[in-house]
Amino acid sequence: MSAFAARLERATRVVPRPRGVWGFILRRILLGLLTLFFVSIVVFAATQALPGDAARAFLGRNATPQSLAALREQLHLNEPVLSQYFHWLGGFLRGDLGKSLTGSQEPVTSLIGPRIKNSAFLMLIAAAISVPLSIALGSVAARRRDRVFDHATSVVLLVLAALPEFVTAIVLVVLLGTSVFHVLPPVSLIPPNGSPWNYPKELVLPVLALVLAVTPYIARIMRASMIEVLESDYVEMARLKGMREQTVLWRHALPNGIAPAIQVIALSLAYLAGGIVVVEFVFAYPGIGSAFVGAVSNRDLPTVQALGILIAAAYVVLNVAADVATILVSPRLRTSLR
Amino acid sequence: MSGAAAAAVSPIVAPKRQRPFVVLLRRAWRLPRTRIGFVLVLLLVGTALIGPIFAPHDPTAFAGAPFAKPSSSTLLGTDNLGRDVLSRFLWGGRSILGLSAAATLIGLVLGVSIGLVAAYSRGLLDDSLMRVMDVILAFPSIVLALVAVSTVGPKLWLIVLVVGFTTMPRVARVTRGASAEVVERDFVQSAEALGEPRAKLLLGEILPNITSTLMVEASLRLTYAIGLIAGLSFLGFGEQPPAADWGLMINENRQGLTVQPWGVLMPVIAIALLTVGTSLIGDGLARASAGIDRRGDE
Repeated sequence: MSAFAARLERATRVVPRPRGVWGFILRRILLGLLTLFFVSIVVFAATQALPGDAARAFLGRNATPQSLAALREQLHLNEPVLSQYFHWLGGFLRGDLGKSLTGSQEPVTSLIGPRIKNSAFLMLIAAAISVPLSIALGSVAARRRDRVFDHATSVVLLVLAALPEFVTAIVLVVLLGTSVFHVLPPVSLIPPNGSPWNYPKELVLPVLALVLAVTPYIARIMRASMIEVLESDYVEMARLKGMREQTVLWRHALPNGIAPAIQVIALSLAYLAGGIVVVEFVFAYPGIGSAFVGAVSNRDLPTVQALGILIAAAYVVLNVAADVATILVSPRLRTSLR
Repeated sequence: MSGAAAAAVSPIVAPKRQRPFVVLLRRAWRLPRTRIGFVLVLLLVGTALIGPIFAPHDPTAFAGAPFAKPSSSTLLGTDNLGRDVLSRFLWGGRSILGLSAAATLIGLVLGVSIGLVAAYSRGLLDDSLMRVMDVILAFPSIVLALVAVSTVGPKLWLIVLVVGFTTMPRVARVTRGASAEVVERDFVQSAEALGEPRAKLLLGEILPNITSTLMVEASLRLTYAIGLIAGLSFLGFGEQPPAADWGLMINENRQGLTVQPWGVLMPVIAIALLTVGTSLIGDGLARASAGIDRRGDE
């Protein structure tokens, strides 16, 4: 919650150095690219922090001098660190993510390609459900402030926000997949070539777990911002004109109430990028999250690097999008940049 | 230590010289949610600390057939390798609590130091420190932790360090935000004029004025740290088998969920109650510090 608030604060106190909205957007995108560059350095440096080297770490006890030398050659470990980094980064930018270290020696790209699609699909459905749901929940809670509905949702949202994703996911498995109601498959057994959209039943639990992880944040900010809007003069005016409360809430108040929430919505989607790691693992969903966990277990460094950067990149891009969207939808910020 | 500070702010010494965080704690305690949270945390910490004394079996010894149903000798049945679930549950909380407390502490110490230095120095140092924090924030915490684990291996010290490291930028931001306004106040300038050493000025003059904000932040960070560390050990990158650990237990016993759910349910319930407890305390503190406690509830 406070990480979100801090980001919100940061985005709104941006100094208007280059003029205009486009100057701001350009600056934000450049900052995003710079961040990505640093992210790549961090991921690369992490693989250099080894006591021995990557080859020894991967081969472990089975290492022979020959296999060590071969793997070092393959990973360019004999070159100086800086040229290793640029070699790796250059390959990365050309779409050559290296070869997986696991038995098959498959290129990382073909290993994770289909999984990216699966994960994107999962995130998209989760977002499509949780965003409208949490906006509605927050608005209704604001409308019925301090009444039973508000108190009940506030407690439920607090609990949901506190629970780690894997706990939520396991509870869902227990409730709907195995012990209480046996209605949904507890594991997403989707064949390697199958598309998740052909397996709607398998999708329900992972989607639900992600929705429950993200909804509390958006609903809370939505409630706070709607309370403010509902107390404003123009809403009072609309009521005094004798409009129906429903019309006042959804037509008049909602558009202005959403603006402060857009930042949090985009950040929640960015949060989904991290959340899929654990949730996909719980349900063995064939996406990049479960692939990431698998690669970490196998110490398959090229795959770990590729997926680490990919997830961080999704996170950075969504963050930039959040800031840009906020600036575009809030008239006050837009004019302050002129 | 806040004596000088208080005197500088208001020349007329207030009748009761309560430290701000004592006032905050007292106000937070009036809220039922804080008390419920406290009871939950106490319950779980108690289980983790003194539970092992009551464990009927050795947590790593075999007590029956795998996934056996509860019986008189194994009250909650056995796990995937036939070890006593109750004993493993009673032993399994120590690591999660210890590791997440240590990680939160590291994050707080680093974050508060960086935030204070940034707020006080302003200018280039402030900017560059905060940019570095932004880069760390560009990773979802779990991704950074997993990248580190993939290179060094699943070591407990590494988990603590990484989780502390990802906690740091969030704490630094909040510390800087809260102390930016304190730095401008007169008593800081008079302390500067008196030639107080920098460290004493930051820790003795500025820090006492942001304790309320930091307490709210600390409880929030602890909640996240517990979730993250439990999650990492659930993924298999924390405590290694045959250790008894709540996160690990959930993963080990998932296969037997339909036959013998207790091996999963007990640790799941424990982690859930623990995080709900710490976040209730955090919510109570936040409400008390924002002054929303006007009606005792809400």
